[in-house]
Order: sequence, then C-alpha cells, then structure tokens
Amino acid sequence: MTLADLGPNPLAAGLERLPVAPTNLVIFGATGDLARRKLLPAIYNLAHEGALPGRFNLVGVSRGELSDAEYRDIAAESIRRFSRTPPDESVLDGLLSELRYVSGSFDGSATYEALGAALAEFDATAGDAMARVFYLSTAPEFFAVIVGELSAAGLTVAEDRDVRAIIEKPFGTSLAEARALNEQVLSAFDESQVFRIDHYLGKETVQNMLAFRFANGMFEPLWNRNYIANVQITAAEDIGIESRAGYYDHAGALRDLVSNHMLQLLALLCMEPPVSFTADDVRDEKVKVLHAIRTPREEEISSIALRAQYRAGVSGGEAVPGYLEEDGVAADSHTETYAALRLEVDNWRWAGVPFYLRTGKRLARKITEIAVELRPVPHLAFEQAGSLGVRPNQLVMTIQPNEGVSLSLGAKIPGTRMRIRPVNMEFLYGTAFLSQSPEAYERLILDAMRGDATLFTRNDEVEAQWRICDPIVSAWARGGRLATYAAGSQGPQEAVDLLLDGAQWRAI
Amino acid sequence: MPAVNDNVWAAQGTTPAAIEAALRDLLIERHNESDGYVPARVLNLVCVVERQWSGEIANRLRRVGRYHPSRTIVCAVSDGRSTIDAVASIAADATPSDGEHVLTHELVILDVGEGHLERLASIVDPLVITDLTTVVWAPHGHWSAVEALRELSQCVLLDSVEDPDVAGALRRAQRLLADRYVVDLAWLRSTPWRERIATLFNPPSRRGLLEEITSLRIRNVAESGASALLLCGWLSSRLGWGQGSLHRDGHGRALGSLGAVSVELESAQQDVPGLGGVTLGFRDSSALSLDRSDGGLLATQRDADGAEHSWKLLGASRGEGGILGEGIRQTLLRDPTYAESLDAAAGMLT
Repeated sequence: MTLADLGPNPLAAGLERLPVAPTNLVIFGATGDLARRKLLPAIYNLAHEGALPGRFNLVGVSRGELSDAEYRDIAAESIRRFSRTPPDESVLDGLLSELRYVSGSFDGSATYEALGAALAEFDATAGDAMARVFYLSTAPEFFAVIVGELSAAGLTVAEDRDVRAIIEKPFGTSLAEARALNEQVLSAFDESQVFRIDHYLGKETVQNMLAFRFANGMFEPLWNRNYIANVQITAAEDIGIESRAGYYDHAGALRDLVSNHMLQLLALLCMEPPVSFTADDVRDEKVKVLHAIRTPREEEISSIALRAQYRAGVSGGEAVPGYLEEDGVAADSHTETYAALRLEVDNWRWAGVPFYLRTGKRLARKITEIAVELRPVPHLAFEQAGSLGVRPNQLVMTIQPNEGVSLSLGAKIPGTRMRIRPVNMEFLYGTAFLSQSPEAYERLILDAMRGDATLFTRNDEVEAQWRICDPIVSAWARGGRLATYAAGSQGPQEAVDLLLDGAQWRAI
Repeated sequence: MPAVNDNVWAAQGTTPAAIEAALRDLLIERHNESDGYVPARVLNLVCVVERQWSGEIANRLRRVGRYHPSRTIVCAVSDGRSTIDAVASIAADATPSDGEHVLTHELVILDVGEGHLERLASIVDPLVITDLTTVVWAPHGHWSAVEALRELSQCVLLDSVEDPDVAGALRRAQRLLADRYVVDLAWLRSTPWRERIATLFNPPSRRGLLEEITSLRIRNVAESGASALLLCGWLSSRLGWGQGSLHRDGHGRALGSLGAVSVELESAQQDVPGLGGVTLGFRDSSALSLDRSDGGLLATQRDADGAEHSWKLLGASRGEGGILGEGIRQTLLRDPTYAESLDAAAGMLT
C-alpha cells in the first residue's frame, strides 16, 4: 500500500482534533470589546487545548497607538479575565510572544503596508506561505473599507495560500445595505472565502437541532403541517442594554436578534434534510426556507408584527429604569426593545403553520428556546372533570440556559379516577455528556481556519433574512404603535394579538 | 471536585438487592430536598481495587473533575472476606438555586473478598444503571474480575504502562478488544504527539515526506514503553509500513514504502510518565523532532544542510489527573485507529 492509496493525510484519521493549516490570524478591531471579551479568550482556549495550527501567529490591528508589548499586555489581561479555562502561563506566553500590533486607520494604506510586512515576516520565518484569516470585528461601517484596502494591498490574493475573511454581525442594517456590502466583499473575495459569523450557530445546542431532527426517525413523520399546530421561538433576556446604548439605540431588537439569529433558528427547524452536511448542502436547504417566507406587505405589518419598549419595573427583586432612562438613550427614542412576529413558511411541509418569534430585553428571565406545539388529539375519550388541563403535546428545545429537550405528555394522575395532567419528559445536556461544550467563538474560529463554512451565513441567506425584516424595519421607522411593558415582566400585553386559533405565549 | 453535600447509607453484611433499594431511596430523598437535583446519566464505572490502596484510587477519581462517572461502584477487595459491606452515597457539587439544575453522582463502595470476584457480575449487575455504558477498571490487576464482568461491561479502562511486561500488557489489550472496547491510558498519553505529528504533515507540500521516513526515534521514560510502542504502531499502521520488529534493547526496524525504517526507543529523563520526544529522519538526512517543553511541544526542523529552525506547538499538559478524566471521556467515543496501532505495536514484539 502506498500513501496515495491512503488518501489525504493518513495521520489525521481517527483524531478528534483535525489538523489545521499554518495560519496567521489578523483581528481588525483588536482593542474592542468583542476582541477582548470573546476572541482573544477563544484563541487562548484553542491554544490551551492544542487545537491551533502547528504554526500560528496573531496580529491585532486597531486605531489606538500601541506598541507590540502594550498590546500583548492588553491581550494577556483580557485572556486572564475572560477565558473559560484558567490560563497556563507557559501557553499564554507562547501564544503572545510573537504577537504583533499594527496601529493605524482602517482606510489608510500605510496600515495595510505595515500589516503586509508583518505577515511577510511570519511567512519568511515559517518558510511557507501561511494561510491568512482576517477577522473583521470592527464597527460595521468599516467592513467594506477594510475589505477594499486588503484587496488594494494585495493581501487577499489566494493563489499559493488560503485567504479567508470572517465578518462579524450586523451584516448591513437593511436589504440595500446588505446587498451593497455583499457586492463590495465579493469584489475582493470569492464567496467560499467569506465567513459571516452568527455566533448562535456555534452553540452546541443549535447544532444539535440538526442531530435531533435528522438522527431520530421518530420526529420526521410528525414534522409537518399535519401534526404541528404552531411554533414559538423565544430569545428573552433579563438584562437591559447595559453599556450598549450607542449600538442598540440604532439597531433595536428586530435587527439585533430577529434578522439573524432567530431566522437562522427557524431555518434550521424547518429545513428539509440536506443531501450531506457539507456547507453548501446545509445552506442550500436553509435558504429555501427563508425564500418560502413571504415578504410582509405594508398593510399587514401591524397585524403580524409588534414592537415595544420596556418601562421602569422590577427585575431580580430590584427596581430598574425604563429604556428611555438608560444612559446614552435619547429621551424620545422609538427604538424597540421587544419585537414579536408571526411568520408563515409557504411550502408543502409548513403551509398554514404560524411561527411566532419574540425577543426582548428586560423580560422576566433569560431564556432561548424553540417550542413546537403539536395539534391536539381529535377526540378526548376521558372525562375531563378533575383533569388539570389536558394540553397538546409540546416539544421544547432549550438553547440556553439549561440546554436540553423536553416533551410534555398527558399522564394519568394516580388514583381511582381517570384524571389527566401534563408531565414533562426531560433531557438535559449536562446530565448525559461528560464533555464541556466549547465556546461558540472557539468552534467558529477553528471552522473558519479549516475552511468549513457550514455554521456561517451565506450571502443569499443574509439577503433573504433582510428581505423578510426590511419592510417591518421601514414601517416602524415611519412610526406607528410602540407598546410598552414593565421591566421584568412577560412582555407587552398586546403580543397576544399576534396569536391565532386560541394559541398562548409560553411563559418566559 | 469535592462534593458539597452527600446523602449517605451504609450497611454491613448486606446484599446487592438491599443496596439497590437504598440507592433508590437516596435518589427519592435527594429529589424531595429539591427537584433541582438531577442525577447524571452518562456512564457506570466499576472499579476493582485492593482495599488497602483504595484511598489512592479515590483520590485519582476525585481529580477527574467534570468527567466524573454518573455511578461509580468501587469493589474494594481484601483477603478472607466472605460478606459484603457497603456504603452508598449521592453527592452534589452545589445546592440548586431557584430554576437551576445541579448534577448528582452516585458512589457505592463495596467491601468484598477475593472469593467474590468470580461471581462479581451477580453482585454488580443490580447496581449499575441500565442502558448506560458500563466501564470496568481494575488498576491493581484484578483481571479475573474484568473477565467476570465481560457480559456486563461494554468497555475496559486500563493503563498498559502500569504493567512492567509491555508485551503482555499489549496482548491483554488485544484479547479484551475481541469483545469489548478498550481505552488504554498509555494510548491517550500519545494523543498530543499524534495530533501534532499529523499537523506537521498536513500541508500537502509536506505530505510526500511521509513516504521518505527512514528513521524513527522515540524518547520516553522507562515505565512508558507501552506509550512509545503504541505511537510507533500508530505510525506504522497509518503509513502502511510492513510488519516491524523491536529487540529488547529498544532497537528495531520496520518496512517503509522506500525501504527499511530504523526504529529506536530510548530513555528520557522527565518527571511525568509518557513520552519525552519523537524524531523522524528522512531520506535526504533532514529530520523533524518534537520535544516536550513548557506550554506545548517544541518542533525542530533540521534541514539537509544542517540548518535548524524551532517553533512551539502550543498546548497545556493535562497532567495525570487529566489523563484519567480523558480516559473516562473516551470510553464513550470510538477511536478506529487504536486497534490497528495496537496490533502493529504488539506485532513488533513477537
């Protein structure tokens, strides 16, 4: 047997951690909040686990005037503070010892000349054309600028190496912006080189939705309009906007969570089984779902979408201010802190099934879940007197916290009479697996370095998501009803108006 | 991780049925305290140990952290005992606050005699959680107990480096593999080395070098010969080398695609068990080495002209506590390359 018979890298077979090509990772916005809280700790944890490439270098790019040593101190402090694993000082030293910092404006060619020189130096040391991954964790207005400058500086040339760009959300704030940005990005990169990050997709429980649906034969026969009455997708937070007023007051709840994360959850829930779990096969199926959601018409928006803002209330036993009293928020702001939608997926499998999406800040508690309510049994042969609410079965997939799946069933209350009440059959992730889930950013950074785009959003998905949300964003920008709800509550009373056929919102 | 609270039951001269009933009562009692207590349901670990050394094993198990088995059944063996004493406990790492779940783990310690070992299955069977993977670990060499639990267990955890007879240890692992999965801690000690070697040859431009290997030197502490041999067996089986042989002095050869590959196992001085370094030599007299160092493995490339370049492949050491935890985790996974590597390694010693 020769190595040719053994296929690509025979030594990789059976390994849990697949090898990654030698890589230089460049973080734009290297001193920003995301870099310090998430990216640097994630990279450290990959190093700690031995998952980084054999040769790996890190370059930070930002506008602040810092030396390599000063940025090294910032990075080390961030990792010590935010890493999920207590840092091993030897690994930390090893990771940061060759770290480079390039200071400069994102639209200045000098920045990219300095960056190119640093990358060339790393290549020379390695004696190899190392792969390049550019992580754009800047404010979104710089995405197009950075991509353009990288291209102009010749840093996107991928003839003798892999070159990839990871782009943070939000990818545009409207369909027009998303299209324009896609055009600019794709003038410098091929779509296969672009990794639009949505960190929700890196969560283990989100990925488990695919396993849950496609590795268990029992659900597929039920997974359609004949058996499912409605679906509720909830992403609730108990906290307010904290220090994010600058971003949040421009974005609002719809842009912040619905236009990306929640529509991705909906797509994963509704997609047809892909031919394979390669990136494009999975994304082809997701985008079909998004295309099957009709663009909301202006005249129906008030009946399928609701926005609201939290007012002062009590959260966690403490009095908290309303949104308009938060630091950095304009006193007359109309930004929604709560958004709820009713959507329909107009295809053979899902026609007529309402999908309710809601998200909000300062709600009763933090939870992200998908609740699938099955149709009730056609005839209840039992006497209902004395029964505690015979309810349709609900299958609830909890993304966070208490990750797991629960199924509500009607069960007989012990005793001489046939009385029924709902009970829960619960599966909790923590009880059944020994392994700790990696942070979403660890998984996604590693996938991008490997070139696996399965958990990243493709250009047509982004545009399809904006096509659904754009008319609602526009209608709300023009004015209309802005409901309110007390901080720490279940949300606005008006949300029940979205529900059809006697459905009820699940308690948050 | 130390438990913050325990529910405990104990009895002398007891029976498996009584212990099982006590465990059920303890679970109900714990649930009545708070429905936030949720029993872990991942795997059963049956651990057969010499009673006088059971404390040391208990200490090792405490250090596995999050890889704690759901139910651990420790059979502490002492000479001359004919009755069974038992202590059963349910431990939680915290007290659940409102809306939170806290995992609980069960521990059963059985004092048994040598005479119980042949019929250990009938003692342990009522105590394992049905439908979960059951793993057997006999760190003090109670192989008759491992055999007695053959039908009850799906996996055997062992550590070939603890047996001074390396050839015997590898042959035993081969025999056990015939009807159960085997997780050998000696194999797991080689994992970081296998991962880094695979990484070094992952770029397509370097892949061709795999066909040009002419020598393999593995440096290991004397007690870790099994890890070194398994690493050698892994390279041999993955690269399709012909059956090799290794002499008692640590020198031998295998048949690579371009001819003989010299194999050398040599002693390394280090404080921890396992491997200390690996060097691969190539036809053009260049070489690539990996050596244990702080914060990862140090890679050194020596070119044909003698020039050397070094760089660090980062990774934190798991330590010996980490190895046992990793072993428990691996009992729920399947490594398809272990059996082939084991066969190749064992074959070199025959």
